Amino acid sequence: MLFAVAVFAPLFGSAIAGLFGKAIGDRAAQAVSILCMLLASACGVTAFVQLVYLGGSPGVVSLGTWVQAGSFHVDWALRYDALSAVMVAMVTTVATLIHIYSLGYMSHDATRWRFFSYLSLFSFAMLMLVTGDNLLQLFFGWEGVGLASYLLIGYWYDRPAACAAAIKAFLVNRIGDLGFALGIALVFFTFGSIDLSTIFAGVPQHQADTYTLFGTSWRAYEVIGTLLFIGAMGKSAQLGLHVWLPDAMEGPTPVSALIHAATMVTAGVFLMARFSPVMEYAPYALAFVTFIGASTALFAATVGCVQNDIKRVIAYSTCSQLGYMFIAAGVGAYQASMFHLLTHAFFKALLFLAAGSVIHAMSDEQDIRRMGGIWKKIPITYGVFWVGSLALAGIYPFAGFYSKDAILEAAYAAHTGIGTYGFWCGLIAAFLTAFYSWRLIILTFHGKPRADAHTMAHVHESPAVMTIPLILLAVGATVTGFTFYEPLTGPNWTQFWGHSIQLAAGNNVLETLHHVPDWVELSPSLVGIAGILLAYLYYVAAPRLPVLVAGHFPPVYRFLLNKWYFDELYDAVLVRPSFALARVLWKVGDATIIDGVPNGLAALTAGGSAQVVKLQTGSIAVYAFAMLIGVVVLSLLVLLLLVVR
Amino acid sequence: MNVVGFPLLSLLTWLPLVGGLIIMSVRGDEAAVAANARWTALWTSLVVFALSLVLWARFDHADPGFQFVETAAWLPQWGITYKMGVDGISVLFVLLSTALTPICILASWDSITVRVREYMLAFLILETMMVGMFCALDFVVFYMFFEGVLIPMYLIIGVWGGVRRVYAAVKFFLYTLAGSVLMLLALLAMWYLAGTTDIPTLLHTQFPPAMQTWLFLAFLASFAVKVPMWPVHTWLPDAHVEAPTAGSVILAGVLLKMGAYGFLRFSVPMLPAASASLAPLMFALSVIAVIYTSYVALAQEDMKKLIAYSSVAHMGVVTIGIFTFNVQGISGALFQMLSHGIVSAALFLCVGVIYDRIHSREIARYGGLADRMPAYAFVFMLFTLASVGLPGTSGFVGEFLVLLGAFKVNFWLALLGSMGMILGAAYMLYLYRRIIFGTLTRAELRDILDLSPREVAVFAPLVILTLWMGVYPSSFTGFWDASVGAMVEHHQAALAAAVTLAGGLH
Repeated sequence: MLFAVAVFAPLFGSAIAGLFGKAIGDRAAQAVSILCMLLASACGVTAFVQLVYLGGSPGVVSLGTWVQAGSFHVDWALRYDALSAVMVAMVTTVATLIHIYSLGYMSHDATRWRFFSYLSLFSFAMLMLVTGDNLLQLFFGWEGVGLASYLLIGYWYDRPAACAAAIKAFLVNRIGDLGFALGIALVFFTFGSIDLSTIFAGVPQHQADTYTLFGTSWRAYEVIGTLLFIGAMGKSAQLGLHVWLPDAMEGPTPVSALIHAATMVTAGVFLMARFSPVMEYAPYALAFVTFIGASTALFAATVGCVQNDIKRVIAYSTCSQLGYMFIAAGVGAYQASMFHLLTHAFFKALLFLAAGSVIHAMSDEQDIRRMGGIWKKIPITYGVFWVGSLALAGIYPFAGFYSKDAILEAAYAAHTGIGTYGFWCGLIAAFLTAFYSWRLIILTFHGKPRADAHTMAHVHESPAVMTIPLILLAVGATVTGFTFYEPLTGPNWTQFWGHSIQLAAGNNVLETLHHVPDWVELSPSLVGIAGILLAYLYYVAAPRLPVLVAGHFPPVYRFLLNKWYFDELYDAVLVRPSFALARVLWKVGDATIIDGVPNGLAALTAGGSAQVVKLQTGSIAVYAFAMLIGVVVLSLLVLLLLVVR
Repeated sequence: MNVVGFPLLSLLTWLPLVGGLIIMSVRGDEAAVAANARWTALWTSLVVFALSLVLWARFDHADPGFQFVETAAWLPQWGITYKMGVDGISVLFVLLSTALTPICILASWDSITVRVREYMLAFLILETMMVGMFCALDFVVFYMFFEGVLIPMYLIIGVWGGVRRVYAAVKFFLYTLAGSVLMLLALLAMWYLAGTTDIPTLLHTQFPPAMQTWLFLAFLASFAVKVPMWPVHTWLPDAHVEAPTAGSVILAGVLLKMGAYGFLRFSVPMLPAASASLAPLMFALSVIAVIYTSYVALAQEDMKKLIAYSSVAHMGVVTIGIFTFNVQGISGALFQMLSHGIVSAALFLCVGVIYDRIHSREIARYGGLADRMPAYAFVFMLFTLASVGLPGTSGFVGEFLVLLGAFKVNFWLALLGSMGMILGAAYMLYLYRRIIFGTLTRAELRDILDLSPREVAVFAPLVILTLWMGVYPSSFTGFWDASVGAMVEHHQAALAAAVTLAGGLH
């Protein structure tokens, strides 16, 4: 019951703010949506504590039939287990803080009711996603968060860049979603149901099932795992389908913090954990997961090192950190990936909101080349930015230290080729992460002011509605690491997770990750510190160095600055050809060829009848034409039939 | 008689015509006649709709056969009777027709100013023809209504249409008539073979396999044009562009369903062998329709044309679903038909709203309407999302069920048939962006007004239906679950019988 309130309170808030916001005014709309979120987080956290610490029992809250067609039956139902409870608690908490922060951040906006309505709508969809008791409801939430993301990226709809980014996000996600939908179909034909309980119970029976694709017979689990992961790649911005995430920064900063850092983009990771009972028996699909995750972690970190937009640096960082989570999922350490998801939610939301506070202070400036010298003027923001960066870089005792170490150790402990690939990519990325984080801190806050005097005169610390959420998130970014390390990834993980995460019989990566060699345990911290030192050398001690390095390797620098040319590639291969093809099909296919036949016939008939048989009336010509079409269609079809046979 | 004790279906069919007769008898000055015609038409269609709700309430979900059946002798010496009845496949289309007609009349309230009396008359005749077609249980009766629909629609486009209305109307008429001629031949052949035109009897008649192919092709010629399937779809964009808003609404909402209904009523159950052997052809044409017309929609500069092309793509999903011959596929096709009937109708109404104000369908003439028309932006967004099949709206359920059905047939069919998920989002969001988003720069848009109370009344039922169908679709699928199940079983049994027969010969 509490659980249902946690899920539906945001929907209520969104509906009130959205439908009546204009009538009741911004203040009332904000009040309603924030009160609903407070209620939701109270219920969400209580439900979590009850289940995990007070010995509550997991269950399902059924709400009624949704889709029904023959043997295909799907209910609206909320699944209450450790995995969903921890996500609900995290999502409602972070979302509430961001709602409150937005009071300050959006205070100059003209249509605040609309913003709060969208934000609450997003929270509802995200909660439906994590509580879905069947794949279709999960998909409902999945597409719902996509919609909210689209609406919020394009929130400032008068900006062309925002509109373009919104459509791009929706379309790229749709590509992944198509994979997801096909995956659901295959699950249905393998297990005869898409209810999670039925699927998981049927895992042993369908081990040997196969599915034929590309002329080869595959194990059904491998195909299912791969298709679902394609969905995860879209939503979690993994290499190839990542292009929408950096552009999504066109949305207001609280949106970037909530959707594009803490919650929505982690849905793919959640899906892997949710589907662990099946994924565990799809080793090739899992290897693919680690491969993509590791490659993304490294790729995004390299790009993050040269970006100049404060939000884009953090966006690439998010992309990279999501890669880490997939590395862990792919080696069967779902607990470690969920742990990183949790800590990341706090420190990345913190970083984005702190960046928002900087942008707010700098009169909407986002380019770090025009910042600097402001740390004394905004001490709270500066302080929490440090906390977030320390957590991100994995420095003891901040949250990221625990979760990132767990992932890298798990990758190493897997002792597979792909695990080792994941480990090394992750390690290099950890170095780059620390480097770009301190590059960001130094360029944003230190050195001589590079903004104009007018902007500098206006630099001010944000109001309390913004700094208090920042401080609370900073606390989260500090304590979630050592608090949850043992329960989530320790040897007694089943006490926390219950049956919500299931491992295959031979999977003992979670035990072995605690017994890796010392150098593996130490190396993430060491490369982190090295990255910080390099950033210090580059941007404080010898500020001429970066220019020099960039000057010596211009192709490399341009390659990174242009984000490996993914956008240009897609534009040349997909976007432009699509529009060109669209015009050709319309002007040539439809207007010339298909319409040419009847128009030509009409002209022929009309012309012929006019010249040859003057007696003929128009209506007879029309009839003749009608019959001609019939004959043409019929003979075409017969031809087609012959070809088909 | 039937469960309600009076000939409900005949009443639903002919009552609009009575309203039409009343309109005809009105005399007086032009303004009075127009007002009278509007109110009479509205009340008639509302009464018909209210009566049709009896169908919703009293239809027996568990019965897969025909209900509310009524029979009257007509031409007994030829084996032709006047017979009406509905089953799970047709009953909701009767409701769709009776629900959209009052909406159309309300939508035309201010925008039609010339020959109002004749216009309203045409719509009431159209309603008679549509309802009669979905209720007909005799092939000849069906054929008459099926063809009869053409006449009022032809007039609506040709008289109250846009600049190129005559070209569009003639094209519409010829395309559809051409196919119909072949269906008439098929009708004659079936009557000759079976000795009756009674549809329930024909459903259980086994036609020889060779004959089935020819009959199927003849039906195809007629139904493919109506759906419309690629490559006989080009009449549709022209018809839509020139038709008045309400004409487009009925055309997209109900008339496009006639072809798909024909496949489900005749081709699949009566000609199982030919349906099965020609399914690959149907799949090929449908997949081409989905992808090809989605691309064409992307390039459109005219709002109505864009939505017309999107209709072709969406109906491609329907024809895929029908020819999967499994419960999910056919159920999905029916749901998609119903959903498209609501959503595309609503989208044409959305176009109508701004066309009434600015008198242009050109996308480039708009932009930035969100500031001035927030309610309109909300409604348009909702139907855009339903059109791209977002879960929670009606558009998702049908598309997903068809995907399930198609997946049972073939992975690639499911993949290619679902490309509309991506392409549909591309052209619809691109359209929305160009009309609603951006900055308002054009002077004539500055004083544009948001939805009037009358327009809100037009959209409200459609908004509710779209969400209701998305959140609780089983209240709709329940109507046809039994009928579709029986149909799929019948189809499989017929194919199995054919195989046994062939096996026995060898």
